[in-house]
Amino acid sequence: MEAKETHLALLDQIAQAAQAAALGGGEKSRERHVSRGKMLPRERVANLLDPGSPFLEIGATAAHNMYDGAAPCAGVIAGVGQVQGRQVMVVCNDATVKGGTYYPMTVKKHLRAQEIAEENHLPCVYLVDSGGANLPNQDEVFPDRDHFGRIFFNQANMSAKGIAQIAVVMGSCTAGGAYVPAMSDVSIIVKEQGTIFLAGPPLVKAATGEVISAEELGGGDVHTRLSGVADYLADDDAHALALARQAVGALAPPVKATIAEKPAVAPQFDPETILDVVPADLKTPYDIRDVIARIVDGSVFDEFKARFGTTLICGFAHIEGMPCGIIANNGILFSESAQKGAHFVELCSQRKVPLIFLQNITGFMVGKKAEAEGIARHGAKLVTAVATTSVPKITMVVGGSFGAGNYGMAGRAYSPRFMWSWPNSRISVMGGEQAAGVLATVKRDGMERRGECWSADEEAAFKKPTLDMFEEQSHPLYASARLWDDGVIDPRKSRDVLALSLRACLDKPIEDTRFGVFRM
Amino acid sequence: MFNKILIANRGEIACRVMETCRKMGVATVAVYSDADATARHVAMADEAVRLGPAPVAQSYLRGDAIIQAALDTGAQAVHPGYGFLSENPDFAQKLADAGLVFIGPSAEAIKAMGLKDAAKALMEEAGVPVVPGYHGDNQDDGFLAEQAESIGYPVLIKAVAGGGGKGMRLVEEAKHFADELSSARSEAATAFGNSDVLVEKFVQNPRHIEIQVFGDNHGNAVHLYERDCSLQRRHQKVIEEAPAPDMPEAVRNAMGAAAVRAAKAIGYSGAGTIEFIVDGSGPLREDGFWFMEMNTRLQVEHPVTEAITGQDLVEWQLRVASNEPLPKTQDDLTINGWAFEARIYAEDAARGFLPSIGTLTHLAFPATARADTGVRAGDAITPHYDPMIAKLVVHGATRAQALGKLEQALARTEVAGCVTNLAFLGALTRHEDFAAGRVDTGLIARDQEALVAEEDPTPQMWAVAAAKAAGLDGIAPQSGFTLWESLARTVPLDHKSGSMDVVLRASDNGKVNCTVDGQVFEVETRDVWRVDGVKQDTRVVAHAGGISLFGAQTHHFTLRNLLERGASDEQGAGTILAPMPGTVKAVMVAAGDSVTKGDTLAILEAMKMEHRMTAPFDGIVAEVPVSAGGQVTDGALLIRMEDPEEGAA
Repeated sequence: MEAKETHLALLDQIAQAAQAAALGGGEKSRERHVSRGKMLPRERVANLLDPGSPFLEIGATAAHNMYDGAAPCAGVIAGVGQVQGRQVMVVCNDATVKGGTYYPMTVKKHLRAQEIAEENHLPCVYLVDSGGANLPNQDEVFPDRDHFGRIFFNQANMSAKGIAQIAVVMGSCTAGGAYVPAMSDVSIIVKEQGTIFLAGPPLVKAATGEVISAEELGGGDVHTRLSGVADYLADDDAHALALARQAVGALAPPVKATIAEKPAVAPQFDPETILDVVPADLKTPYDIRDVIARIVDGSVFDEFKARFGTTLICGFAHIEGMPCGIIANNGILFSESAQKGAHFVELCSQRKVPLIFLQNITGFMVGKKAEAEGIARHGAKLVTAVATTSVPKITMVVGGSFGAGNYGMAGRAYSPRFMWSWPNSRISVMGGEQAAGVLATVKRDGMERRGECWSADEEAAFKKPTLDMFEEQSHPLYASARLWDDGVIDPRKSRDVLALSLRACLDKPIEDTRFGVFRM
Repeated sequence: MFNKILIANRGEIACRVMETCRKMGVATVAVYSDADATARHVAMADEAVRLGPAPVAQSYLRGDAIIQAALDTGAQAVHPGYGFLSENPDFAQKLADAGLVFIGPSAEAIKAMGLKDAAKALMEEAGVPVVPGYHGDNQDDGFLAEQAESIGYPVLIKAVAGGGGKGMRLVEEAKHFADELSSARSEAATAFGNSDVLVEKFVQNPRHIEIQVFGDNHGNAVHLYERDCSLQRRHQKVIEEAPAPDMPEAVRNAMGAAAVRAAKAIGYSGAGTIEFIVDGSGPLREDGFWFMEMNTRLQVEHPVTEAITGQDLVEWQLRVASNEPLPKTQDDLTINGWAFEARIYAEDAARGFLPSIGTLTHLAFPATARADTGVRAGDAITPHYDPMIAKLVVHGATRAQALGKLEQALARTEVAGCVTNLAFLGALTRHEDFAAGRVDTGLIARDQEALVAEEDPTPQMWAVAAAKAAGLDGIAPQSGFTLWESLARTVPLDHKSGSMDVVLRASDNGKVNCTVDGQVFEVETRDVWRVDGVKQDTRVVAHAGGISLFGAQTHHFTLRNLLERGASDEQGAGTILAPMPGTVKAVMVAAGDSVTKGDTLAILEAMKMEHRMTAPFDGIVAEVPVSAGGQVTDGALLIRMEDPEEGAA
C-alpha cells in the first residue's frame, strides 16, 4: 500500500501540472478571450472532435516551469482526436498564453505534432489564433532548421504526400503565421474575428503610412471575397468548427494498415490495479509481466523465448483487438537478452506487427565478461533492429531509462511513433549516483596523484550538485517539459493510451523493413 | 375453405386478415396504391396487385379493378376489411355477379342497415328498442323543428346516410335548431351526396355500448358480448374495452338477445355490430338502451372481443363465408377477463389533434400487448390515408389489471418520426373517472385540456438526450478518454419546447457530467441510463430523426446542425457588382423599388453571355448608377440595395 501511495503522490504532482497547463494564460486573459465571443482553446478542440470520442493529447505539460512559467502547455494544444470518424492531428493555439505567440517549445511542440501526423498519415487541423513568433525569443524560434519555418515546410510536404492540411483562422494569424492558412489545402476564417496578414496595422503604418483596421486589412470578408487566402467564411467559432468537421468529412478515406484485428477483450487483471504491482523505488525489482497482464486483451500474452535471455520479456498480445509485439525489461540487458530482442524485432517486422516497448532499464551489463563476449556487438544488433524496423514503435517508460538501454528500447532518438512516461520514471544518461561517482572518482584519482587528501565530507559536497542536477533533470516533468516524450500519463490509463497510440498508427500501411548490417 | 383470398384494404386491417389467413393456410392477394407499393401489407401478402395512384377514389375504392385483380390472381373471395368498400352493397353485388365470395353480409343486409332511418324502422318491427325520433321522409325544416320539439331537447340531428360523426349536430335549445340543421345538411351533402337528416333524442350521459354479433348462412346467429366504446373524441373512438364496466348480467343478456334478434331479422351472415346508445346517468337498465345502427363489417375494435372470448373473428368470417356453420354456439361462449384497445394515431393532441405526417424513423411495441399495425420502422404516414399507426390491445384478469397493462404498454411503445397521441392515451389510462369505470362519451371533451397537457422535458432528460446524441452510451472503446482534464463539449439540442446547449464532460469510467442550464448531472451510460445514480424508466433511442426518449411522455430531440446557419454573405451583401467587363443590356429596377429575393434586377451582356443580376434578399433598391446600353468595367457597381439592418432602424 505504501508503494501505491507513493505512486499516487507522484501522479498528483503530474496531474496538478497538467491541470494548471490546461488553464492556459490565467484567469484575466481567459476572461478577456471569452468576452470577445471566442471559445476557449480547449472548447475549440472539444467541439471540433466527435462528441464522446477520445482525445490523445501530446505535450500536456510542455514548457512546464520554463520561461518562468510564462508558457503553460507551451501555448498550444496538440493531440490525436477523431473528426467524422477520422483520426486527425489537432494543433490549437492558445491565445490566452502571450497572444498565442511561439516560444521555442511552442515551435518544438507544433513540429512534434506535425511529425506524428506525417509519420502516421493523419490529416492536420490547425485552429489558429496566434501573434506569430515570440519576439524576445526570436533567436531560438526563427533561424534554425527545426524552427518556425519548418512548420510551413512540413505543411507543404505533408500536402504533397496527400496528408490533408486544414486551417481554421479563429484569431490573429500574423506574419509568418499567415502562412498556416495560406499553406493549407482548405482554410476557414471566422468573420470579424480571424485576421490574416503578413504585417499588422501598426507595421503597415510604420512602413507605408497607410492607416487601416485589422478587419479591413485581413479580415474574413477580405480573404474570402477578395484575396482568396481563405475558402470559407464562418459566423463564429462554433460555425467554423462545424465547417472544419465538414472539410474532414470530405476527405478520402485512409489507406489502412493490414492487421489481423480481433474483437477487443478487457484484461483479466483490472488496469486500475497496475500501481499495486509496481514498487515505488526503481531499485526494487519486480516482474514486468504483472504490468503486461494489466494492459493486454484478456491478459493473454504469448511469450516468446521465455526460457532464454530472461531479462528481456518478448511476446505477442492484443490491445483493444489490435495485435502487437511487446518488448519489456525485466532487469539489466545481457548479451542473450539483446539477441533475443533483435530476433523478436525481426519477427514482428516480418509479420508487420507493431511493437510496444515497456522501458525500465538501467543499461546493458558491464564488466570484463560482458565486454569479452561482445555485449556491444549484441547490443548493436538490438539497436540496429529497433532503429531500422518499419513497423510502428510505441515506447512507454515505466521505470528507469538510462544509458544505452534507452537506445535498445526505442528511446526518443529511435523515433517511436509515440513515447509516454509514467510519473515514477527517470531518464538520464546514467543514474545520478553513478554520474556523481564517476566524476568523484576522476577527481579523487587526480588528487591522489598529486598526493592530496579528500575527506568524505568534501567528496559528498562535491557530489551534491551533480546528484541534485541529475535528480532535477531526470524527473519526468522536466523531461516532458522539453518534449523528450509525448507526455507523462496516469499508469492506470496505460492500456487506453497504448490502444489509442496503436490506433493512430494504423491509418497508413506498414511498409516492408530493410534492416541495416547486423554485427553477427 | 378458400385456397386464396384477396384483401381489398390496406394498413393494419389488411395485415391482420393476412395473419389469420397464414394460420389457416389460405394464400393472400394484396392490392395497393402507388403510395403503398412497399407497404407492410404488400410485403406480407403472397401476391399483390397495383390499383392506381394514391387517392382512394383511384385505388382502394375502385371496385371493378379489385374484382379484376381477384379474377386475375385466382382468388376465390374478397375480404373488404373496414372502411373503403366494406359496406358498399353494389360492390358486394358485383362480386357475387363475378362469381366471387364477399367475406361479409349480403348486399341486401348491407342495404337494409345502410340507411339509418329505414334500419330503425326495421329494428322497431323486430322488437329492438330504438331512440325516440323522427326518421321519416319529410325533410321540411319547419316540420323537423316540430318533431324536435315533440321528442324533447336536447336532440341530435344526424345525416341519414352518415357515419363517423359527419353531418351530426347536437342541438341543446330550440333557437339553434335551424342553424344547426342547415350546417348538418351541407356537411352531409358534401360527405355523402345526400342531405337528408333524421332527428332523435339526445341521451344524457350517453354510453356507447355495442354488441358483436355473428350470423351464418344456415340461419344461426350468436352474440360475442359487448364492447364499451364510450371514450370518444368528436364521435371518434379512442379507447375501447370489453366487457363494459358495471354491466349487470341481466342487461347484458337483454342487449345480447336484442342484438341477435336484430341480426336474425335481416338474415344476417358474417360479422356485424349492433351499436346501442345507453343511458349512463345511473345504473344500466334493461330498458335503458336503444338501437343506434348496425355496422355490417368487422369493426376496428374487434380485437377486444377476441381477447375476452378467445375467438379469432377473422377465422369466423372466413368459415362463415365458405358456408360453414358458426364455430361456436351461444352456450359455448363466455367472457374471460378484461381487454382494452387504444388507437395510436399520428396526430398532435396538444395542437387540436392535427394529423401529423412523416417517416417513422423508429417504431417498437412492447411484447406485453397485441399490436395490430400496418407500418414498420422506415414506413411513412402519408396524408393520403387514415393516420392510424397501430392498435394496442391488452388483456388482464380484471379491469384494473388490464388498464394497468395498457398504461405500461403505451409507455413502452416507441414511435419516432411523427407526433403521436401516445401521451394523450396514457393520460386517459390515468384519468380518475375512466379508471373507476365511470365512462361516457363526453369524458374527453370535459377534461381535454388536462388530457392533452404536455410536459416539457426535465433537465435530466436533456442530459440523457445529450449524452445519447454524443454517442456516449458506452459502446465505443475509450469513449470520452482524455489524459487529464476531460473536454467540455457542447451538444446543441433542439426540442419543440426550445433549444439547449448541453455541456458534456465525459470521463472514461462511463460517467458523463452534463450541465443543463447551470445544473450538473452525472449520467451513467453503460447498460442502463442512470442520472445521479437513479435508473431512469426511459428508453433512449437514436434514429435517423434524432434522439427519442420514450416513457409516459415521448420526447424527441434533434442535434442542431451548425452548418444550417451561416450564409452570412447573403445579408449585407447588397452591392451588386459586375462580375466581368461588359454591356448593360437591361435594367429592370429603379431606386426605391421593392424587390424580393431572386428577382432579376439587371442583365449584363459579356463574353457572348447574358448574366442575370438577381436580388440577394428581399428589400429596397437604393441606387442604380448604370443604365441600359452602358459599358461597365469589372467590379463596377451595378445596383446597391438598402442595408436591411439600416432599413429596419
